[in-house]
Amino acid sequence: MDCDICGKHAKVHLTQLVGGQIKKITLCDDCAKEKGVTDPTGFALAEMLLGKTPGKVVPAAPAVAGSGRKCPTCGFTLEDLRRIRRFGCADCYNTFRDDVNQMLRGMHKGPKHCGKVPAGMMELHERTQRLEELRGKLDQAITSENYEEAAGLRDEIRQIEIRAAAAKQTTDDSLP
Amino acid sequence: MMRFTTLIKNPADWMTGEGADNAIVLTSRIRLARNLRGESFPGWAKKEERRHALEVMRPAVEGLSVMKDAFSQELDDLTSVQKQVLVERHLISREHAARGEGSAAVIERRQSIALMLNEEDHLRMQAIRPGMSLRGAFESLSAIDDELENALELAFDHELGYLTTCPTNLGTGLRASAMLHLPALVLSDQIGQVLQAVNKIGLAVRGLYGEGTESLGNLFQISNQSTLGESEETILRRLERVISQVATHERNARDKLLEDDPAMVSDKIGRAYGVLRHAWIIDSKEALTHLSLLRLGGDLGFLPQDTVKTCDALLMDIQPAHLQLHSGRKMTPEERDSIRAEIVRGRLQSLEAPDIRSTRKKDESDPDPEIL
Repeated sequence: MDCDICGKHAKVHLTQLVGGQIKKITLCDDCAKEKGVTDPTGFALAEMLLGKTPGKVVPAAPAVAGSGRKCPTCGFTLEDLRRIRRFGCADCYNTFRDDVNQMLRGMHKGPKHCGKVPAGMMELHERTQRLEELRGKLDQAITSENYEEAAGLRDEIRQIEIRAAAAKQTTDDSLP
Repeated sequence: MMRFTTLIKNPADWMTGEGADNAIVLTSRIRLARNLRGESFPGWAKKEERRHALEVMRPAVEGLSVMKDAFSQELDDLTSVQKQVLVERHLISREHAARGEGSAAVIERRQSIALMLNEEDHLRMQAIRPGMSLRGAFESLSAIDDELENALELAFDHELGYLTTCPTNLGTGLRASAMLHLPALVLSDQIGQVLQAVNKIGLAVRGLYGEGTESLGNLFQISNQSTLGESEETILRRLERVISQVATHERNARDKLLEDDPAMVSDKIGRAYGVLRHAWIIDSKEALTHLSLLRLGGDLGFLPQDTVKTCDALLMDIQPAHLQLHSGRKMTPEERDSIRAEIVRGRLQSLEAPDIRSTRKKDESDPDPEIL
């Protein structure tokens, strides 16, 4: 059997249960070593991070172990995540957002929060959600060449952004 | 602030209170995970960072209106038995008890609300109520959460919701669970099927003391697994629906057992009564098994209804740390088994033998046609 990554003769055969489905991966000695397949549980997490599926192994993303990317707030790396399976601080979610999004697939009912919002953040939260919704509609309108609707949507987005910038300015001015 | 001995002197409100469908659903529990913005999570933080986070949180938590005259203590200042008693009362987690410097517990005087500071997350808050009352527990905890939000800057993201140390808690940070007593489903061998079905719809089922523990005394905890992508309301509604269905299955299984094999049910309850009333040495597992059957006897009318309450209080009081607290010293497992038996005998002293009239009544009203 050939290695899923480089095609060389494979010696390592991994079978794991991921989200109730059996997944099999075959690797040659070199690729197994490079991916750190000495600890099968650690590997499962790496697999999730990379979003790998059997037969569709993507090359190691630059963010993975060894790239040195660190959370600017707490110094946490993806290596640490593989080791302790927990994040270092709230800012890690921003630092590793793409990896997080891949990791969340299949872990929860959906990728986006739709529950309680802190009262002080409600206005900003609603605006963020509205902008996201309008941008989605704008993309659709452009794809379907409905330029009149697109122009209307773009104006609405601009209006919201201008109001938000003005509100931010007022808040900043009132700060000591 | 309240002392440990004062806090623990009385049973928690949820241990003695009457709740809806108390015979099957013992307790409802809600947990919310919250973190501070800009502070390293407790597991990653250095000692001084943990202390700093605690200094920020503690006044806010102690200042909550519900925490007037509450118990508030750093875990390092408690003995290992005291910490274990809090674990047995579900007021702190085993993980929290094991944490080092900078972790604290703030517990409301009636023990219905408990906040863990610097557990896996900066804040783990819990509301616990007797019987089926997930919604009531959630509402009281959500009000506390609102109050805290005014005093603390919490880590929140517009896409990912409340940011937690482990990505499995993202979003609502809500873990809702109910403790169910399901002896009839176990006796009639239906439990596996029911639990598998519950698991299939994305809910977790665990034994008495949470993750990784075996089920003792026919007690099962059902909780939500997913915390992101649906609202608190949706999570609670699904859990309520499933719990009510499981409770109905248990109720039906109790009726069917009584109808099909009343002698077996009477025998089990009678034996449990016999062992608990007369044992001089009893380990935790055996005690829980028999207390479960005695509790069933109370619900089925073989024993007075308040037997259910007596059993619930005993479930807590016969656990290792509670026993050691009761006797005021560390004990070997053998010593504990003797003291446990003594306490159980004492509590059940005035309990009369099970009344098996229901079995006799059935025999009389449904005579064997062969004899006629």
